[in-house]
Amino acid sequence: MLKYVAKRALQAIPVLLGLSVVVFLIMRVFSPDPAPVVLGEHATREAMDAWRDAYGLNDPIVMQYLDFLLGILHGDLGESYYTHTPVMTEIMARFPATVELSVVAILVASVCGITLGVVAAVNKNSFIDGFATALSLAGVSMPIFWLGVMLIILFAGVWHVLPSGGRIDPLMAPRGGTGLFLVDTLVQGDLKAFADAARHIVLPALALSMYSMAIICRMTRSSMLETLGEDYVRTARAKGLPQGKVTRRHALRNAMLPVTTVIGLQFGSLLGGAMLTETVFAWPGIGKYVVDCILKSDFPVVQGAVMLIGIIFVVINLVVDLIYARLDPRITYGKEEG
Amino acid sequence: MIAVAKSKGAGSGSTATPTKPESLWDDVWYALRQNKAAMISLAFIVVLAIVAFVTAIAPGILPYDPYEQDLTQSFLAPSSAHWFGTDQNGRDMLCRILIGTQISLTVGISAVAISLTVGVALGAVAGYKGGRVDTVIMRCMDIMLAVPSILLAIAFMAALGRGIDKAVIAIGLVSIPEYARIVRSQILAVKESDYVAAARVIGDSDATIIFRHILPNVMPSIIVRATLGISSAILDCAALGFLGLGVQPPAAEWGDMLGRGRNYIFTAPHAMLFPGLAITLTVLAFNLLGDGIRDALDPKSRRR
Repeated sequence: MLKYVAKRALQAIPVLLGLSVVVFLIMRVFSPDPAPVVLGEHATREAMDAWRDAYGLNDPIVMQYLDFLLGILHGDLGESYYTHTPVMTEIMARFPATVELSVVAILVASVCGITLGVVAAVNKNSFIDGFATALSLAGVSMPIFWLGVMLIILFAGVWHVLPSGGRIDPLMAPRGGTGLFLVDTLVQGDLKAFADAARHIVLPALALSMYSMAIICRMTRSSMLETLGEDYVRTARAKGLPQGKVTRRHALRNAMLPVTTVIGLQFGSLLGGAMLTETVFAWPGIGKYVVDCILKSDFPVVQGAVMLIGIIFVVINLVVDLIYARLDPRITYGKEEG
Repeated sequence: MIAVAKSKGAGSGSTATPTKPESLWDDVWYALRQNKAAMISLAFIVVLAIVAFVTAIAPGILPYDPYEQDLTQSFLAPSSAHWFGTDQNGRDMLCRILIGTQISLTVGISAVAISLTVGVALGAVAGYKGGRVDTVIMRCMDIMLAVPSILLAIAFMAALGRGIDKAVIAIGLVSIPEYARIVRSQILAVKESDYVAAARVIGDSDATIIFRHILPNVMPSIIVRATLGISSAILDCAALGFLGLGVQPPAAEWGDMLGRGRNYIFTAPHAMLFPGLAITLTVLAFNLLGDGIRDALDPKSRRR
C-alpha cells in the first residue's frame, strides 16, 4: 500500500507543476499589469516602476517563474501585495474556516443524501421517492449563491432565527487552538460560543451541501435499486430475514461502493462551491479570499492558494481510492493502475 | 439535434418504404416523446429560444426599455404594471429577465460548442493514437482537473476582462477535459472493433476512421454530456456574473442581476428572487432534457 501511495504522490508532481505553470501564465502573463491596481491609477510612473522592481516583476518571465518555484520548494510563497504578510500565513489563517465549512457540508450532504436515497429506493414510486427525485433535481439546478441568498432572506430577514453571515460573534471567538471554531469552543468548554458558532454555520453549510446532497441521493437511490434486485438480496429475504436487516446488511453495504467515490469527488468539488458560498455568507475562508485576491490582482496569494487547492484535490482523490480499495476486496493496491 | 431527428423521421415516412428499418434517432425521438418531463423541458427551451430571438431582432416588443434608468422608479414591488417589480435603477425586472435569455442561451450553447469541439478532437486523438500523444494530452487535462473549474474560470475572466465573448471562452476552456475524457474512453472501447480493423484494412486514413467510423458511434454519449453541459455553462456564467466578472453593464445577465441585487436583499428581495428562478428553471429544463435523451438512448433504462 505504501508503494501505491508513493507512486500516486509521484504521479501528482507533474500535474502540480503543470498547474503552477497554468496559474503563472494566467496571472502573470495574460493578466493586466497589477501596479496600477495595487498602487492606484494616480501613482507616478516612477513609483510603479519601483514597486515592480521590489516584487521582481521587471525580471524576465522565466526568472520570475523559477523564483516562484524555488520559493515553493522552500515553503515560501512570497508575500501579499497589499498586507505584506507572507502568503502562507494569510492562507493558513483562513484555511480552518473553509475546512470546517466543507466538512460540515459534506457530513450534512452524506447523511441526508444517503438516508433519502435509501428510503426512496426501498419505497420506489412512493411519495417520498418523488420528493427525493424533486429535491435532487432542484439541488443540481439551483445556483448555490442564489440558494444562499434565499436562505438568508428567509431565516435572517423574515424569521430572524439565524445570523445572515460571519463565523461567530467576534466577542466569543476562541483564541488559539485548531482554528476550527466548533472544535475549539467545545474543547474549551464554552458551550455558549459553540452554540453561536453552530448557528452561524447552519445556513452556509446547508447552501453548500445542497448540490452534493442531490448527487449523493441520486447515486444512492440508483445503486440501491440495483442491489435490491440482486439474487443474494432475494436469497436473504427468502431466508426470512427482516426487511430492515436485508436493506442495511446486504443491500446498503454493496450499494455504498459507488456512493463512496461520489462522496469523495463531491468533497473535492465543494471547494469550488465554497468560493461562492463564502462570498454570499461573508465566511472568512480561503474561497472568499481567493476570489477577492483574483479581483485585486494579488498574484502571490492566488498562486499559493491555487497550488494548495490543487494539493488538497490530489490528496482527496488518493484517499477516495484507498477507501474504495478497502471497501471492495476485489481491488488491490497498485494493480488497477497500469 | 432533436429537430434533425424529427426531420429525418418525417423524411423516412414520406419515402413510402414501410419495411425500411427506423434510424437510431427515430427510435430515440419516439422514446423521448414518451417522457413527459423531457418534452415539457424541450418546449420550455424552445420558448426561451423564441424569446431570445424575438427580443434580439425586435426589442421594441418589450413593454419597457430594459436598459433605460429611472431612479424615481427604483425597487418597486411586483405589481400589475411591473409583474416582477423594478431593480435599483428603476428598470423593469421582467423585461431584463426576458432580454437576459439571450446572454444565458448564447453563453451556454457557445461555451459548450467550444469545449465540445476542442474536447472531442483532443480526446479522439489521444484515444486513437495512444502512446506518448495520449499521455501528453491527458496529463494536460489532469492539470485542468486539478482545481475546481469555476476557480480557473474566475482566474481566466480576471485576466481577460469582462464581456460575453470572454465568458464564453473562459467557461468553454475549463470544460474541455470532461469531453476529452469521455471521448477518449469511448474510443478506447471501440478502437479494437472489427469495423475499425476493416476500415484500416481497406486503407482508410486515420482521420477518416476517427470521423467517419468511430465518432458517430460515440456521438450519443457526447450529445447527452453536451445537453447537461449547457446547464453547467449557464450556472458558471451566472456565477461569474454574480461575482461581478461577467458582462459589461448595462447588459442584462441573470447572475449579474443577482449580484447587484445582493446589497438590497432585505429591502427588495424580489430583485433576487426572479433572476434566480429564471436561472434555476432554465438549468432544470436542460438537465431534464439531458436525462431524457440519456434514457431514450439507453434501451436498458427504457425497459425499467
